[in-house]
Formats: sequence, structure tokens, C-alpha cells
Amino acid sequence: MADILVVAEISDGSLKKTTHSAIAFAREAAKGLGGGFSILALGQGARAAAQELAGFGAKSVLVTDDASLANYVAERFENTVIEAAKQGGYAVVVATASSFGKDLMPRVAVALDAGFASDIAAVKAEGGKLVYKRPMFAGNAYGYCTLTTSVQVVTVRQSEFAPAEPSGGSSPAQDFPLAPPSPGAERVEFVSFDQVKSSRPSLGEAKVVVSGGRALKERFNEIIEPLADSLGAAIGASRAACDAGYAPSDYQVGQTGKIVAPRLYVAAGISGAIQHLAGMKGSKVIVAINKDPDAPIFQVADYGLVGDLFQIVPELTQAVRANKG
Amino acid sequence: MKILVPLKRVADPDNANKIKIPAGGAAIDTTGLEWKPNPFDEYAVETALRLTENGATPKTRAGEVVVVTFGPKETEATLRQALATGADKAVRVDAKDGELDGALVARALKTLVEREKPDLVLMGKQAVDGDSNQVGQMLARLLGWPQATFAATIKEEGGALLVGREVDGGVLSLRVKLPAVVTVDLRIVAPTSVYSKQTAPTFKYNEGVRFAALPAIMQAKKKPLAEVKLAELSADAALRIQYSTFEPPPARKAGIKVKDVPDLVNRLKNEAKVL
Ligand SMILES: Cc1cc2nc3c(=O)[nH]c(=O)nc-3n(C[C@H](O)[C@H](O)[C@H](O)COP(=O)(O)OP(=O)(O)OC[C@H]3O[C@@H](n4cnc5c(N)ncnc54)[C@H](O)[C@@H]3O)c2cc1C
Ligand SMILES: Nc1ncnc2c1ncn2[C@@H]1O[C@H](COP(=O)(O)O)[C@@H](O)[C@H]1O
Repeated sequence: MADILVVAEISDGSLKKTTHSAIAFAREAAKGLGGGFSILALGQGARAAAQELAGFGAKSVLVTDDASLANYVAERFENTVIEAAKQGGYAVVVATASSFGKDLMPRVAVALDAGFASDIAAVKAEGGKLVYKRPMFAGNAYGYCTLTTSVQVVTVRQSEFAPAEPSGGSSPAQDFPLAPPSPGAERVEFVSFDQVKSSRPSLGEAKVVVSGGRALKERFNEIIEPLADSLGAAIGASRAACDAGYAPSDYQVGQTGKIVAPRLYVAAGISGAIQHLAGMKGSKVIVAINKDPDAPIFQVADYGLVGDLFQIVPELTQAVRANKG
Repeated sequence: MKILVPLKRVADPDNANKIKIPAGGAAIDTTGLEWKPNPFDEYAVETALRLTENGATPKTRAGEVVVVTFGPKETEATLRQALATGADKAVRVDAKDGELDGALVARALKTLVEREKPDLVLMGKQAVDGDSNQVGQMLARLLGWPQATFAATIKEEGGALLVGREVDGGVLSLRVKLPAVVTVDLRIVAPTSVYSKQTAPTFKYNEGVRFAALPAIMQAKKKPLAEVKLAELSADAALRIQYSTFEPPPARKAGIKVKDVPDLVNRLKNEAKVL
């Protein structure tokens, strides 16, 4: 038996869409290994999340719903994941490489003495072994790797695994006991979570992303928001725009921020440093607006418009609205 | 406070698009690229310095900063650079890059932490060559120390740190009691990101990391730099991850310049069909 365990992400009491990318991975890897997969729903609100997760073809949905899991802290979550992995004898434990998965899964790996591969972009089975493809060097190389251990832990890149769609059926839900917290837990205190509230789609899920760079200055929102809203887009930003406080840090797209691959990506006032390109090069269509005709962003843009964004972006907003009109 | 900062040198990240992958893809060729400290580790060193000083008098160190790297002899240059900016001593764990993976670095760091007994391990959230983002988390688990990843702000409180973490959807604050492991994100080197107990709450740092003055570079040559064998720190040197081949990403062909907004909208609608 070589089954896979998906660690679902539950935040604020509800299931996060990132989970569906990990499920997409699990379906593929399970096919390769000739097994199936189960899902661990862990967090406050896990019971409701488990219902949402019942229709994806999992053998079972393990449920650990506990008030002590209201806010994610690695030291309070990890031992339940580790216990579930051990008891089920899973071959692979997977989560999506969101900030939750990145924070948690390397710990799970060392605790299980399992090999770990982060942020993988693809998986295939070769002679009964899984080969993982991972982006490295700011997306300038892909490495193909195997893990030498029988138990393996991975995180998957959300933009590379299209969210799994329900496949019908009803996976049985099973309570899984909360494991005791790790030794460090009593020395970590959750203080607060300052959320960037927005009615727009999240960067990871959006079909259209409009990003602004340093050039926007204090007029970032005034210029970018109307265009984003006319396109039903999520808003992104370059590091420089985030560093300067023109945009929240959560908007950063790039090697060390969010990785996106929407149908349409609009970059306004972004030069196109390799760290930024690493986060959006996978987009289907890229539009760049920049006053410098030699800006590197034009080397990856399908459509480039040279000029002053303070004029062009509002004009584009009008034109998109008129087109929809 | 005594702080240990693991520091990796990487092939010049601003020219990562100049790496070569020879036919067959057996290895990544970085020849011609300069070695640079991993930027996140430079930020971790800067953070360690800020936490062991009064920002107004940065020449006096209140505590100790120890930097450590895993690598061949030539990586000592990276350690000397950190010593020149203010770190007190350095350790090089002798190893070839190909002999290491994240889990092995974490296992060896655990032993080193047990020897050095720092109050805090501060490190980059990710090394920008492998882009793994794993060693800090692994180390925290192995040590049983509290962890705060992706730190954008750190405020020292008696025996604890208040850490603002950049996570999906916003900023999450944790209070961790020392000893702890903290990994840093980009905004940690902003002017008002890090406050030691001594630094006044109104103090503002310059943006970014500090540079070493020439006399400090000379003095750094006299600071202690010890060499340790990897086998001394981890008897288990087996790699858990093995790379077989590498390939470049699919090239994206440059597109066209459009003449104006109507032209753009027309093409997005009729050519690309994304509107
Ligand atoms: C460790 C590390 C990690 C990093 N990670 C990331 C990351 O994840 N994401 C990221 O984005 N960056 C990242 N960076 C930073 C990256 O190297 C660049 O510094 C950053 O992307 C530049 O942002 P920018 O394009 O907004 O600013 P700039 O490079 O300053 O570009 C501004 C652009 O705006 C144009 N412009 C100015 N005025 C106008 C106008 N009126 N109309 C039209 N165009 C105008 C200019 O021609 C210029 O091209 C990282 C750097 C490091 C060291
Ligand atoms: N060879 C190494 N030498 C010293 N520190 C390292 C090494 N590899 C990783 N690290 C540390 O671990 C952090 C995370 O790296 P990684 O998990 O490889 O992305 C880096 O920012 C360094 O602080």
C-alpha cells in the first residue's frame, strides 16, 4: 500500500482553496504509485471543512477539530500531522506551499526522518518511484529529484497544480485525536493577525492580476484599484512597491513572494528584475506598461506599451469598462 | 544576547538568469558568476547586529554574534565579510556543496547550537540558489525551540521577541520566548523593523544592511574563525534528496509593442482572447 496524505489548510474556521492544489498533486502521485489518498482536516472548523472535502475521491477524511487550533502555530499543529502520517503508513505527505505549508512541512519531514522537497512544480512516477520537478535559481532552472527515504514529504506550488475539482462520491469522515503540542509550544504565543481585508480574488486563485511597481508611489491604490476592479483582478506589487509601503507586503509577486500564473498579468511601472519575473513568468498573457522602452519586463511581455502609466492605466481602465459595457 | 547566524554563499542572485545547463542537464553551471552572500542571510546578520546594540551607538556590541557557514575553504571570504560588518566570531563547517542537503545542514546546526549555546538562531528564510525555504524550520523542530518564520519585524522584550511574520493574507504576530529560531524576510531591514531593548523606540535605521568600513575589514582578519569537520557535527551524512537532471525553463518569446490603449484592448480581445 502506498497512499498519500494531504494536509488541508484551514484558516479562520474555513477551508482554504490552496488545499485543492495539494489534492491535485495527490491524485497524480496516487496514480503513479497505484494507491489512493486521504485528507487530514486539521484546525478549528475542520468538521465543516471535511464535508467540503468529501467529494474529491479521498479514501477517508481525517478530522481534528479543536478550539486550541483556532490560530495556526506550528508547534500546536505538527504532532497531529506526524501521528496521522505514522499511523496511516503514508508514503507521501503533502501540503501546498502557502505560508502555512512552508512553515509546517519541513518540520514534519525531519520529525518523520523523511526526505523533503519543497515547492514542486510537477511529479511523475518512474519505476514505482516518484520524481519531483522543482524550480530553483529564481525559476531559471528546474531540478528533477528523488527522495531517498521510504516516507516522503513535499509541498507543491499552487500555480503549477490546477485546483482539483470534485469527482463525486462521499469519503467517510473519521475523527483523528489531537496530538499533544511540541515542547516549544508553551514558549510561543499567538498575539494577533492583521489581515489585509479585500473583496478581490486572492493572488493564488485570480484569473487576472494587475501589479504595480515603485513608479506608482503614493498613488498606487488610486491608479491600480480601478483597473483591477474593471478586470475582476487580484492586485500584485513588486518588492520595491511593498518595501516603500505603497502596497501591503502580502501583494508581493516574485521569487520570494507569491508565484502567480493567471490568464492575464498586467505589470505597470515594474522594471522586470529576475526576482519579479520568477513570480509571474508562467502567466498566459503578459502586458507591460513602462516609460522605459528598454525595461527588461518587455522581454517577457506579449504586449508592451511604452509611456506614462499615470495616463495609460486610467485610459485602459476606461477602455476595459467600455468593452464590457 | 548571543546570536548564531547561519550564512550561505550563493551564485550572484541578480544574474541567476545567466546560469548554464549543459546538454544532458547533469549539473547547473555557475561559472562566471560571482559568489555573494545569500541576501536573506545578509539581512539576518544585520538583524543580529541590530539586536545586540543600541541603534544610536552601533560600535558597541551588547552581546555576541557568531556566523557559521557550511562550505569549502573559499567560503571563508563570506564569513570575513560578516565579521567586518560587526560579527564577533565565525565558524566554517568544512563541506563541499554537493555533500549537503537542507536536512543535513539542520542536523549539523543542531549540534553546533548545543556547543555554542546561543539565545537565538537568526537565519534567512531561504537560500536563493536552491530556493528551498526549509533549514530554519527543520532546525527549530530538532531543537524543540519555538519558531518564527518570515519575520518582517522583531522587537526585543525581556527574554522574548515579538515577531511580525509576513504570511498569506497579512502580518501575523507571535511572541517567542528565548531560546528560539527566527527566519527573516525582506522587510526586516527597513528603518523601523528591529528594536533591541537598548534602542530607543523613536530610533530609525538606514534602509538596508550596513557596510564595513576599511579599518573594520582589516580588523576582521584578526577575529576568530574556526574550522569544524562536518562529521563532528553529524554522524549521519546521508542525503535525503538527490537531483538527477536539470533543465532550463521554457523560453518565453518577447512579444510586440502596441501603439496605444485602443490597439492593446483590441489585441487582448481579439488576438489573445483574454478580455
Ligand atoms: C533577496 C531578494 C528577493 C527579492 N524578491 C523579489 C520579489 O519576490 N519580487 C519582486 O518584485 N522583487 C524582488 N526583489 C527585488 C528586485 O530585485 C527589484 O529590486 C524589484 O523588483 C524592483 O521593483 P520595481 O520594478 O517596482 O522598481 P524599479 O526597478 O525601480 O522599476 C520601476 C520602473 O518603473 C518605470 N517607471 C517609472 N515611472 C514611470 C511612469 N510614470 N510610467 C511608466 N513607467 C514608469 C521605470 O522605467 C522602471 O522600469 C528581490 C530582491 C532581493 C535581493
Ligand atoms: N550551506 C549552508 N551554510 C550555512 N547556512 C546555510 C546553508 N544552507 C542553508 N543555510 C541556512 O538556511 C537558510 C535557509 O536555506 P534553505 O532552507 O536552503 O532555503 C539560509 O538562509 C541559511 O541561513
